[in-house]
Amino acid sequence: MERDDLVQDHKYSISANHDEAHGVEIRKKIWKVTGILTLITVVEVLIGAFIKQYDETGGDNALWPYVKIGFLVLTVVKAAYIVLVFMHLGDERKSFKWVILAPYILFILYLIFICLTESSYWHEVFQGADSINP
Amino acid sequence: MAGHSENISRSELWGGDGSPFRISYGKQWMWMFLVSDALTFGGLLTAYGFARHSAPSWPIGEETFNAMPFLGSGYPLLYVALMTFILIVSSVTMVLAVEAAHRLDKKGVIKWLFLTVIGGFFFVGSQAWEWYHFIHGSHFGSILTSQGWAVVDINEANEMILRMGRGLTIVGAEATTLYENATASMQGANLIENEYAPLVPQYANFFFFITGFHGFHVFSGVVFNLIILINVVKGVYDKRGHYEMVEKVGLYWHFVDLVWVFVFTFFYLL
Repeated sequence: MERDDLVQDHKYSISANHDEAHGVEIRKKIWKVTGILTLITVVEVLIGAFIKQYDETGGDNALWPYVKIGFLVLTVVKAAYIVLVFMHLGDERKSFKWVILAPYILFILYLIFICLTESSYWHEVFQGADSINP
Repeated sequence: MAGHSENISRSELWGGDGSPFRISYGKQWMWMFLVSDALTFGGLLTAYGFARHSAPSWPIGEETFNAMPFLGSGYPLLYVALMTFILIVSSVTMVLAVEAAHRLDKKGVIKWLFLTVIGGFFFVGSQAWEWYHFIHGSHFGSILTSQGWAVVDINEANEMILRMGRGLTIVGAEATTLYENATASMQGANLIENEYAPLVPQYANFFFFITGFHGFHVFSGVVFNLIILINVVKGVYDKRGHYEMVEKVGLYWHFVDLVWVFVFTFFYLL
């Protein structure tokens, strides 16, 4: 039986071995991404610690919706660095990259959309003007 | 027409030589597994979002998770930020192990993979502490006052402080009066009730299920890394001529880190 776990003739670009000079370059990129990921985490914690969801009277902080969007953007940036650099998906063939990413992104966006729509309805039922709660 | 394929030049055909994705079978299917696993986590987190968005109230992350081991409470989000940092660092040591593997540098792989395993153990241990603290509860627990449920705490001046939700607090004599006339109390968390969100018991259920499922993944990842580390030390991959197994467990390990990035955002930050 032919074994395809044996890497021959640099057939797989990612699995191909590299020399020390190339290694220095790759390690430089790894440390750069490490710095970015750490910095984003520190920024997230600082925002979380200093910007409050509610003001002193218990009302909504007008800034909070933007903070929420900011958190989501930072999270997606972190995720992209992990997937594209640490998991090397950015270095794989374009066809493979989209075989992995496209179905997932499409499905998850759809799932988030229907769940948010449905839960908004239930929120209205429980807390809205015509709430079923007395 | 069928049966005439031998007339077509091999250079026009794929010919079955190598993968069209230029990726080995094992790595390709590790990715497929990770996509399906990511859908499971995506489903769990979306269900969490659903419950949270339709619930009347929800606890504030930095009030619920403000404790540090050995130091007590008053450190909002610091411990979980440390956990996140540990997991990111162990992800970095894993990339460095994969990089060393591409240079067939056995010593380098052993060093970085060993550090990755250590980082993984630290994370699992941190999560165990986090669970212990979540189940055990805050120092004073929650009470039912005439103004609704409140989490009891003391401030720097040693006065009683009641957290009424939505960031509102009642301090001093008024708090003491409410405390003395409380009609019910609870401390800690289980699958039926929890002091952090007395009106939404599913809060603790989601916490246990999602962080538990993630913790189980981390634990499995540590076991996989350990097995591969033993194989590296024994020279299994030297004989094989390449260290692709390090890369495959590396993919799984980065995925675990990736999921935590999302759990961190949705459970602690938002």
